[in-house]
Amino acid sequence: MQSSASTADGTVAPVPRLAMHFASLEVQNHAARLGMWLFLATEILLFAGLFVCYGVYRFLFPEAWAACSRSLDLTLGTVNTIVLITSSLTAALAVHYAKEGKNKMVAVQILLTLAMAIGFLVIKYFEYAHKFHIGTLPGRYYFYEGIQLPGAPLYFTVYFCATALHGLHVVIGMIVLGFSMVRALKRGDFGPNNYTQVELGSMYWHLVDLVWIFLFPLLYLV
Amino acid sequence: MTPSSSIASPGAAPAHDEHHDHHPSYLVDGTTIKSWLLTVDHKRIGIMFLFWVLLFFLVGGIFALLIRVELLTPGPTIMDAMTYNRTFTLHGLVMIFLFMIPAIPAVFGNFMLPLMLGAKDVAFPRLNLLSLYIYLGGALLALWGMLNGGLDTGWTFYAPYSTHTTTTVAPVLFGAFIIGFSSIVTGINFIVTVHTMRAPGITWFKMPLFVWAIYATSCIQVLATPVIGLLLVLVTVENLFGFGLFDPARGGDPVLFQHLFWFYSHPAVYIMVLPAFGVMSEIVSAFSRKNIFGYRAVAYSSLGIAFVGFFAWGHHMFVSGQSTFAGGLFGVLSMLVGVFTAIKVFNWVGTVYKGAVDFKTPFAYFCGFLFFTVFGGMTGIGLATTSLDIPWHDTYFVVAHFHFIMVGATIMAFLAALHYWFPKMFGRTYHEGWGLVSAALIILGFNATFIPQFLLGNNGMPRRYYEYPERFQALNVASTAGASLLAFGFLIIAMYLTYALFFGKVAGKNPWRSKGYEWLTESPPPTHNFVGPQPTYPEEPHFYVDPKKAEVPDAV
Ligand code: HEM
Ligand SMILES: [Cu+2]
Repeated sequence: MQSSASTADGTVAPVPRLAMHFASLEVQNHAARLGMWLFLATEILLFAGLFVCYGVYRFLFPEAWAACSRSLDLTLGTVNTIVLITSSLTAALAVHYAKEGKNKMVAVQILLTLAMAIGFLVIKYFEYAHKFHIGTLPGRYYFYEGIQLPGAPLYFTVYFCATALHGLHVVIGMIVLGFSMVRALKRGDFGPNNYTQVELGSMYWHLVDLVWIFLFPLLYLV
Repeated sequence: MTPSSSIASPGAAPAHDEHHDHHPSYLVDGTTIKSWLLTVDHKRIGIMFLFWVLLFFLVGGIFALLIRVELLTPGPTIMDAMTYNRTFTLHGLVMIFLFMIPAIPAVFGNFMLPLMLGAKDVAFPRLNLLSLYIYLGGALLALWGMLNGGLDTGWTFYAPYSTHTTTTVAPVLFGAFIIGFSSIVTGINFIVTVHTMRAPGITWFKMPLFVWAIYATSCIQVLATPVIGLLLVLVTVENLFGFGLFDPARGGDPVLFQHLFWFYSHPAVYIMVLPAFGVMSEIVSAFSRKNIFGYRAVAYSSLGIAFVGFFAWGHHMFVSGQSTFAGGLFGVLSMLVGVFTAIKVFNWVGTVYKGAVDFKTPFAYFCGFLFFTVFGGMTGIGLATTSLDIPWHDTYFVVAHFHFIMVGATIMAFLAALHYWFPKMFGRTYHEGWGLVSAALIILGFNATFIPQFLLGNNGMPRRYYEYPERFQALNVASTAGASLLAFGFLIIAMYLTYALFFGKVAGKNPWRSKGYEWLTESPPPTHNFVGPQPTYPEEPHFYVDPKKAEVPDAV
């Protein structure tokens, strides 16, 4: 089922199987990529709903929004942004090495990405813990004395919904990339003709990154 | 496609097909339960969807009859008020999310799309199977919730009621959320299939119109469903934990809920009717024996409806306190949808004009469909006129409007498709006489059910009430009588189609002598859709040279 082709560094990399209903490998990869793009579009629309909520309530409660935004820890947020952007770079490098058939490097780059993802989640954990402690919580759980403006509990509803949904995507992304890492290590599968899986995983990771790039300024900066 | 295989098929019985030892039909290629449950064949997946969709239609239908029985008398008849709320909620949810949205795309889209594109399967066969199980999982979760505690919000889940009611909101809403995933996955699969799987020779403008309609529907599904998915999750969370996003007592805004809800649910009504339009384009051409009049206009108007459908949602909120300007704007944008629909209507009528009409069961449904679409669409224009909507809003007039256009048109198309493609799917034909009788019953029953509701609404009977003043009784009784007629019609169909499934006459490759691409292969088709070399497509899909000469297309 798997035929072989030589790669730049002389190793033999297997070619993916062509499913019987596709005309050629090219079409098959094109279909996979198109499917992923469409899926990512739906993901963006999922977050778009939250952005609409954010926009509406920011318009209704400008003071509360400003005050709550200032109560977040800008340093932690910035560090997290840098961590996530860097992880996007390593994810992209994984694709680069996959195209060259350097499976070890693919695994290394994904490992780095995963490490940064964990770092991101750990920082997020500290931020969450702090909020649970001081009481900047959604809706009826809000008990923070520092900001007593109407709309403040709503800000944290939006904050928690958005960051939790984003966090969930981080975890899913880690699982997706983790699969490619295992495959690169165990089977050394990737090569010039067979890198779609890494590419799709990395596309997903870029989405996770992109969503954060919107969330960060909206929640922390403005 | 090879002469020998087409000669072999007319005599071959689908259930015990001895003629094609190497290319058995998809129905008999593997007969174990597992070979069905784990199949990745788009045809088998379509058939399994058909089974479930019909089952849920039955469930929704039984609850519809319960509603109608309750409304026979002005006071309580067979249930209490709370049960009534749960009954119409379950009816609406099951009918919309479990029947109408998946019905045509998941059943006939799945079965026909690859055949119409000359493809061996959809782009992602395993994802296709997954979408079936996601749908089932969500459906069972939602139904389980409905039966254990029962949601009473109506299918629109309006906040803040839905965030406060103590009935089981979470499993039902989460079930609907999961079903949404199935819808997205199917949509993505179809879009990619249309882009990458067309056989050589099938250009964009040689695609059958049903494919165009499914393509436009898929675009709406992919763009709108995530928004309601998010909304359902937010409402669930809010109901469970009191987050306050849509609760005015906590500063939240219930109208925001309505905006997000209708941003999906208005386009969702086109998710239900666009496939119906697609089916009708196929059928009107096949049974008038004429190429469709204005092919491109029909194709583009599908995309047009999909596009403007996204800008019309505000017409559900004319009385929610939105500004007069917004109301007017949404009214005009809604009417634009009417324009695109009218384009289609004129093209269908133009196709029938001077055609050689073959008045078979699918064509009978086309006639019913035309009436429901035009009449229902006109009432929509009325409702989109803000000054008229204010008295009509939330009355039975709205109920009648959306049943006419959405349910009427979709059911007509579903039944037409079922009859038109029955020979292709199962290799047998049904009894034409019974087909026509039941079509007449159903069209009559439908009118008898919903025309009284227009009158009720116009006289001021509000929707979702379970008691009403004496003076509304006569019309309610008429409506219930109509519903019984409708149910009787469905019963007849169920009987003769089941009979035909096992004992019907063997259909042969192309019993309608249709020019649609799906008829170029065997009936029922073999597992990978074609035997021998791939067919070529020199002609357009709706190409009838001379309607008066009912010539048989030669499969090249
Ligand atoms: C073509 C297919 C159409 C379908 C399937 C459809 C379906 C529906 C449904 C399901 C509802 C009721 C929703 C609910 O509250 O439960 C509705 C309401 C409404 N429709 Fe349509 N509709 C269609 C066409 C139109 C058109 C063309 C217009 C306007 C030109 C229109 C205008 C309205 C308005 C204004 C309402 C809101 C009425 C109210 O709640 O007061 N519809 N439609
Ligand atoms: Cu609407």
